[in-house]
Amino acid sequence: MNVDELYQTIILDHYREKHHSGLREPFDVEVHHVNPSCGDELTLRVHLDGDTVGDVSYDAEGCSISQASTSIMADLVIGRPVTEALALHDEFLEVMQSKGELTPDEDRFEDAIAFAGVAKFPARVKCALLGWSAVRDAILQAQAKEQ
Amino acid sequence: MDVTALREQFPILDRRVGDHPLVYLDSANTSQKPQVVVDAVADHYRLHNANVARAMHMLGAEATDAFEGARAKVAAFIGAGRPEEVVFTKNASEALNLAAHSLGAGLGPGDEVVISVMEHHSNIVPWQLLCERAGARLRWFDITGDGRLDLEKAEAEQLINERTRIVSLTWVSNVLGTRNPIADIAAKAHAVGARMVVDGSQAVPHQTTDVVALGADIVCFTAHKMCGPTGIGVLWGRYDLLAEMPPFLGGGEMIEVVEMERSTFAAPPHRFEAGTPPIAQAVGLGAAVDFLTGVGMDRIEAHEHELTAYALGKLTAIEGFTLLGPAEAIERGSAISFNLEGVHPHDVMQLLDSRGVAIRGGHHCARPLHRRLGHQSSTRASSYLYTTHGEIDALADALVFTRDYFAPKFRG
Repeated sequence: MNVDELYQTIILDHYREKHHSGLREPFDVEVHHVNPSCGDELTLRVHLDGDTVGDVSYDAEGCSISQASTSIMADLVIGRPVTEALALHDEFLEVMQSKGELTPDEDRFEDAIAFAGVAKFPARVKCALLGWSAVRDAILQAQAKEQ
Repeated sequence: MDVTALREQFPILDRRVGDHPLVYLDSANTSQKPQVVVDAVADHYRLHNANVARAMHMLGAEATDAFEGARAKVAAFIGAGRPEEVVFTKNASEALNLAAHSLGAGLGPGDEVVISVMEHHSNIVPWQLLCERAGARLRWFDITGDGRLDLEKAEAEQLINERTRIVSLTWVSNVLGTRNPIADIAAKAHAVGARMVVDGSQAVPHQTTDVVALGADIVCFTAHKMCGPTGIGVLWGRYDLLAEMPPFLGGGEMIEVVEMERSTFAAPPHRFEAGTPPIAQAVGLGAAVDFLTGVGMDRIEAHEHELTAYALGKLTAIEGFTLLGPAEAIERGSAISFNLEGVHPHDVMQLLDSRGVAIRGGHHCARPLHRRLGHQSSTRASSYLYTTHGEIDALADALVFTRDYFAPKFRG
């Protein structure tokens, strides 16, 4: 297994320069997700603007895979309709659980296609999913709050 | 000690990881097993398998002899007064839970239990649970800047006092490598009438153990870190103390008489061994003890001491390397935890694995310690009797490669 398949340049770039990092106001819901096996921790806030994801902000500590994935996730979901953001989560999860069988759609996933290689490293899939699981949790809680 | 010849007895060490020879530096997590241990477990199942104590036929007698024989070997290995002081458990965690449950049975509000911030979760959580149940107070030894127990602060805070009922400390830290002055602390605990429990998981595999000289009341450790199988741990306790302690788990083989209203219990050690025990695993542990004794615990300790000094010198010279724990190989085990500037431990682990070097990244079941040190997590390399200087060199080379891979500023 070539480690360069895992550490794509896109991932390392996002790891060094995280997008949308730092906790911001306003927000509807704040969640705290951890990966108990490695200790990665993520505090994430979501602000919904009607049916659109108005903002995602976060404070995260963790490995390059979890940090880059959260950064790219924020790029993808901010400003996107909530239903589409949740659909992206589901598709990303499917790709991550495919053991490398599925290739993500570049038009929809943009920088997140770099994670196709992560699916071949089962121990790291949880790292790639940390931010996505947190944002899904926060969006669902925010929707429940609105109703 | 002829490490090359020793390594030939560990078949797994011949494995390769892609183009690289395996460099196994995760022995604090679990040790590798010599062929004699693998054979002992297999022979037990092939030729002697039966349940112990209750099976009266020939195989039952052979299995019982082998199981109780292993108990006697372990007792001799740790300097126990008698084999009945050795209780077999599932692992060190279960042994510590047994200690917390049975030794802590009489605790109530106003009582105090003392542990330290450098403990493994298995020597924290059972005591948290006990203190919650009993309404007792859990207190903590802090550490000094160089990763030793802060004895002065403990003295100033009167950490161990007349309210203290139990002190439970690790002998050697699984993260820092620090070896704690157990005998001194046991004397302090005993002076106030408290019991001393020791987590020996990272010590017993690596040095000569004399539980009497150690001064503890209970010592817990596990077989799989000392060349033995998984699935079996040990609780050693002074016999008179064990005899006073109530059972932990109830079931078969731990009883004397069972009536519908109540039961009476067997004498130690069987009182604490409910159900069919890990029989083949005990046989494997007995073989591991014979193996280690044959090599010589003093020689193992000397080898690891020399190797640790070499590794500390080599690794701390790497720019961007931060050591957690004592920088000198004095009163110190062989676990070396560290961080590389700009690289998360998970990424260190992944890059090292791609070069055949097996280490551990994370909080090593010691989250309070990592918080205390201001590190979210760390990377740990840990050696054993089969570790070579060449493997330490391979680690150092792989760390420089890893650092440069993630942190371009180091690429000269």
